[in-house]
Amino acid sequence: MQKYAPWKFWLIITVLVGSVMGSLPNIMTIPSWWPASLSQPMNLGLDLKGGIHLVVDVDIEKVIEQQVSDNINTIRRSLREEKIRYKKLGNDATQVSVVLKKPEQADKAARLLKKVMLGYEMAQPEADTITFTISETEAKEIKSYAIEQTIEVIRRRVDALGTTEPVIMRQGDRRVLVQIPGYEDSARAKLIIGQTAQLEFKLVDEKGDLDAAVAGRIPPGDMIAYFEDGRPILLKKRTELSGKDVAMARITIDSQSNQPAVSLKFNNQGGRKFDRLTKENVKKRFAILLEGKVQSAPVIQERISGGTAQITGAFTTKDAQNLAIVLRAGALPAPIKVVEERSIGPSLGQDSIDQGLNSIIYGFVAVLLFMLVYYRLFGLFANIALAFNIVLIAAAMSMIGATLTLPGIAGIVLTIGMAVDANVLIFERIREELNLGKTPLAAIDSGYDKAFSTIMDANITTLIAAIVLFQFGSGPIKGFAVTLSVGILASMFTAIVVTRAITYLAYRNKKKLKSLSI
Amino acid sequence: MQLIRPDININFLAKRKIALSFSAVMLLVSLALIGFKGLNLGIDFTGGTLVEVRFEKAVPAAYIRAAITPAGYGNAVIQEFGSPEEILIRVQNQEGVEASTISTAILDGLTETFGADEVEMRRVEFVGPQVGEELKSSGMWAVIYTLGGILIYVMVRFKLRFALGADAALLHDIIIVVGVFSALQLEFSLSVVAALLTVLGYSLNDTIVVFDRIRENFADNKQKKKPEDEVSVCNASINQTLSRTLMTSITTLLVVFSLYFFGGEVIHNFAFALLVGIAVGTYSSIFIASPIMLSLEGKFEMSEEELKELEARP
Repeated sequence: MQKYAPWKFWLIITVLVGSVMGSLPNIMTIPSWWPASLSQPMNLGLDLKGGIHLVVDVDIEKVIEQQVSDNINTIRRSLREEKIRYKKLGNDATQVSVVLKKPEQADKAARLLKKVMLGYEMAQPEADTITFTISETEAKEIKSYAIEQTIEVIRRRVDALGTTEPVIMRQGDRRVLVQIPGYEDSARAKLIIGQTAQLEFKLVDEKGDLDAAVAGRIPPGDMIAYFEDGRPILLKKRTELSGKDVAMARITIDSQSNQPAVSLKFNNQGGRKFDRLTKENVKKRFAILLEGKVQSAPVIQERISGGTAQITGAFTTKDAQNLAIVLRAGALPAPIKVVEERSIGPSLGQDSIDQGLNSIIYGFVAVLLFMLVYYRLFGLFANIALAFNIVLIAAAMSMIGATLTLPGIAGIVLTIGMAVDANVLIFERIREELNLGKTPLAAIDSGYDKAFSTIMDANITTLIAAIVLFQFGSGPIKGFAVTLSVGILASMFTAIVVTRAITYLAYRNKKKLKSLSI
Repeated sequence: MQLIRPDININFLAKRKIALSFSAVMLLVSLALIGFKGLNLGIDFTGGTLVEVRFEKAVPAAYIRAAITPAGYGNAVIQEFGSPEEILIRVQNQEGVEASTISTAILDGLTETFGADEVEMRRVEFVGPQVGEELKSSGMWAVIYTLGGILIYVMVRFKLRFALGADAALLHDIIIVVGVFSALQLEFSLSVVAALLTVLGYSLNDTIVVFDRIRENFADNKQKKKPEDEVSVCNASINQTLSRTLMTSITTLLVVFSLYFFGGEVIHNFAFALLVGIAVGTYSSIFIASPIMLSLEGKFEMSEEELKELEARP
């Protein structure tokens, strides 16, 4: 029999000890002196733990459009300073263009504007028209920033729900993944996360003709807005205060109506703005808009310098509570939309764990029995390796911080069935070699040798499928791919290296062996 | 214990015409089913909302429908899920409705009618129309990339006609499993695609083992004084690996049965796809892969040098 290198035994013992230690945190509390790298239990996926899983889409085009339209002011100011007059100034989603009164000023205007329109590409002026297009790098930066901001805001909002360890991260180009383990109220989570929380204070235009405006003749600088019940109101377009000016928001009870309301405390800047707004407009009305809808339009009775205000409306206590949370967390830079949800209630998660464990245990026992009956002593060798394999998978999953999902459990179950394949290949080969008349020990050696390349080929191809699954799969499917890959690698080690060591230990001193229990 | 006698010599390849015709019929039936009857696509691919709830005690579907009708979802699909207390409610995406709030409306309707203590939210899944499209195409690409990756690997390790034989067998397996899902109108979801890819890996595993033996025997055969023809070498190879093929199928089926019976309702279809796939995959690696590979004989013939090179490989 071929000599078995001593370093391989040491390797096996090291891996065995390491994987037993590494998998223990999953079933018991470990003492404090345990090595840190072996102290992590497996992460459970949301489908096992229960919780909310949302993917939201950020409307980044809107952010870019906003940015582009903001630059209209920049152009207006610069042209005014240089006394260049224009006929038209407008924008679409990615471009701003200005039409000058005097075409001969085009060169001068172009030179001037080029300096202030950073991040834009200027088209060659055509007679009196100059067009700026937002550059790709600029647009990309704005998008990135918008996504980062969205993540920040969502994080603050989710934190306010009082949950632990939420996962909020970018997914792909324009999406954000939100996972809130252990939280059940999917409706509330979606409500809190999804509100843009666009808060605006605008003055009411008392002099304008509301009926004419509704008919389409809106006075310049004005806009029409609607109450929740559909009544129109004519407002000044200019936003006096916005969500950015709010430092704190909390639920309160309106002293007059006894209804739930939200009280606002402005930050320094907001306080000053509100002070000036109320001082200059006593006896006039202003409107508080939320997401573009007018909540209330109170008359300013007197100057308010305290830096506080109150939003009243037809709120329930829950509404007011949610509103306070989103106002505190700040506005989203762009509207977002939930495009995918996979939320799991806690009882289903626990059921899945129980059922998953059951199928692992039953599958494991069935394979153990079958191997023992069919291959006898060598079946026992394979079973030892299989048990080792499961411990190794558990330890490896824990150490690399992989997440165990329900499909992941299915992956482990499948691995149990397929892990013995390598041993089946080897044992069948040994039987063949015996039938060819080789001595038992020679048969063992050549069985292992000849089966090796087959095992490699067979496992690598399965690994290819697992890697593709990992690349393309989402969430739980990824979990399946991970356990399948880990399982394949672990089984190659246990089925080839470990069983070889066991057979060596069992037969090394039996030179006159007549037959094998296989 | 031995199920297969060591000296077994079934002439599998003599029956290859029958096997290939049988498979051709199965493929045609599957494709016809997929084409005409279609698949019962889950919300992963169609988009839509799925709500799973558990009632304290079983409630007739008509009552459930009545409870969600005021919210506008009277046309929802309502079905039992594993036990009479557990109910799945499925709604398609609708134009103009903020789709992510459908589940909220349904759950509200249920708790209002039956009381919050009687109804428990088990699962909410919602897939927007665009995400559904994306999942559909990424699922398709996953299958294509896997087939491509396998083709390349087998081509490098073996030869092109082996790779084509392997891929033909795999395609055969996938189409039949999908055909079975169409025939039984079982829900075809993302996890079923995962099962398909696993079947690919598994079936290929089987095929590779046979091919590996064929390659080995081809090399041995060349050194004999009176070389046998390719068909009998292949047939011998299939017979030599038959015991292993069946053994591994049995152990794998044992665990997949365990998944199917004890793994719970959520992965039922996943386990079922594996069951069918492993059965078909075992069949195809015996009856499809090698015959196809052989039928390409001459088209991608191995030259003397190639054979020498093959012998040199590990």
